[in-house]
Amino acid sequence: MTPAPGASPSPSRGRSSGRSRQGRAAWVLALPFCLLFTVFTAWPVLSSLYMSFTDIKQRDLHSPFSVNPVGFANYAKVLADPTFRQAAFNTAYFVVVGVPLTLAVALLAALALDKGITRFRGLFRVGYYMPVVTSIVAVAVVWRFILQPDSGVLNTMLGWVGIQGPDWLGSTTWAMPSLIVMATWRNFGTAMVIFLAGLQSVPALLHEAAAIDGAGPWQRFRHITLPMLRPTILFVSVTTGIGYLQFFEEPFVMTDGGPLNSTMSMSMYTYKQFGFGNYGFASAMSYVMFVVIVALTALQFRALRSNT
Amino acid sequence: MNDNRTRSRWWLYAVLTVGLVAVVGPFVWMLLGSFKGEGELRRVPPTWWPETATLDNYTPLFSKLSFPRFFLNSVLVAAVVTLGNLVFCSMLGYALAKLEFRGKKAVFALVMGTLMVPGMVTFVPLFVLVANLGLVASYPGLILPFLVAPFGVFLMRQFILDLPDDLLDAGRVDGASELRIFRQIILPLCGPALATLGILTFLGSWNNFLWPLVVAQSEDHYTLPVALALYSTGQNNHQYGLLLAGATVIVVPVLVVFLAFQRRFIEGIASTGIK
Repeated sequence: MTPAPGASPSPSRGRSSGRSRQGRAAWVLALPFCLLFTVFTAWPVLSSLYMSFTDIKQRDLHSPFSVNPVGFANYAKVLADPTFRQAAFNTAYFVVVGVPLTLAVALLAALALDKGITRFRGLFRVGYYMPVVTSIVAVAVVWRFILQPDSGVLNTMLGWVGIQGPDWLGSTTWAMPSLIVMATWRNFGTAMVIFLAGLQSVPALLHEAAAIDGAGPWQRFRHITLPMLRPTILFVSVTTGIGYLQFFEEPFVMTDGGPLNSTMSMSMYTYKQFGFGNYGFASAMSYVMFVVIVALTALQFRALRSNT
Repeated sequence: MNDNRTRSRWWLYAVLTVGLVAVVGPFVWMLLGSFKGEGELRRVPPTWWPETATLDNYTPLFSKLSFPRFFLNSVLVAAVVTLGNLVFCSMLGYALAKLEFRGKKAVFALVMGTLMVPGMVTFVPLFVLVANLGLVASYPGLILPFLVAPFGVFLMRQFILDLPDDLLDAGRVDGASELRIFRQIILPLCGPALATLGILTFLGSWNNFLWPLVVAQSEDHYTLPVALALYSTGQNNHQYGLLLAGATVIVVPVLVVFLAFQRRFIEGIASTGIK
């Protein structure tokens, strides 16, 4: 990558002194980042692992010596906790429905913008991407209005076609689907933009050749576009999956995990336990989530890589 | 055949437009709603265009609540966080891309390894740390944990890797120090990458919510999303007009910046693949 410093034409500089000089300079450049990163990221990651094996609570903040190691007790408690099980189920629901839905909407939008239309492409692209850049708190204020049972815009529109809309966020059946649709609305823009970039790399020549051979649009999509897009789909499904597994903001601002914990996610429950001061328990839960994320990511890689 | 194609193209435009209304509509409705009176907002069925436009929803943000203060807090935190990421991430990015040093592989592995760690894993100990340092309810407490991020290093390293080595060699022949080469040769060439990183970092900080909510703890340090979240769940949660005006104050500056730099935004996302 870098030419050996000895290759420098300057004869006065030897190979080793040039290299050590470069090493020193490199560390001067790396130091500020590494210091901040160690203190505020690497240390908390390790510290969290340690905490998950202790009984640390909020009141121990100022008396670190009253913290006792408890082995796997926190993990046992987490796995036996009915609310955690419910949260794990809810998170799985959110991911299993939300990720494919987001990817499908994003892929359809990308295909339409890439091949289907010739004008206003930029307008649609900017419009569809808009929710990605806006604050979830502001978005939540607007969506709570739209989803209101009696005077909300959505139920009013459903009323025009004779449908009596439910109390979306107040119903244990409808609260989660509402949040999934909202998350899709907010996130598909990112996936769409990445798909658009991926579609650019599919050679037009392949499509033309296939068309001459009599392949229809669906066949061309199935046998040319989809296989060429596989790495992009893998990448987007992994990053979307990692994000959705941690889903937190939507229930936090919309439902507070309710009604009856029906939108309580793993992140949300971890945060609640943190709020109650159960730091050890919360840390154990966050590590369970970490393990699930790593495992599912590995699984997605295998699934999407192998069945070519 | 040709007729068929035109017709299906029209259908596609129609579907895409319905989608656009569904995506952008809520923002338009928010903006229009922020100029409606409280009575009009509660009306069934809801109105679209404000019947009597009023600024009554905005004035209390400035007179009764300290929105200018929250706004400045948001700007200050986002500006410092952005500056820190630009400087520190490009420094390390350059070292990783173009310099040889002991521990390089370990540093790179460590930084990239944390990209997948969920935020909740660091959240609890980070709060304990910041509390022990006495930084709760302070600007350093809001800023320090976000001053550097692995994503920035990843982005800058990728970009600097593609810069030709001849440039560095030319500088070395002239006897320039590595730090000087970084400052005077590399950084000026990093414009596009720095712009992408700057925009994404500023946006992330502006919209950041959970950490400031926990750490700010006093009105003096609230950022805009924290203030809006607390008002929308507190005793004001039925002052719809006020909430819509607050939401507009958060969203509109970002949308203006986004529309001005949308090409950079979208290409940045497409090239790095990470928000």
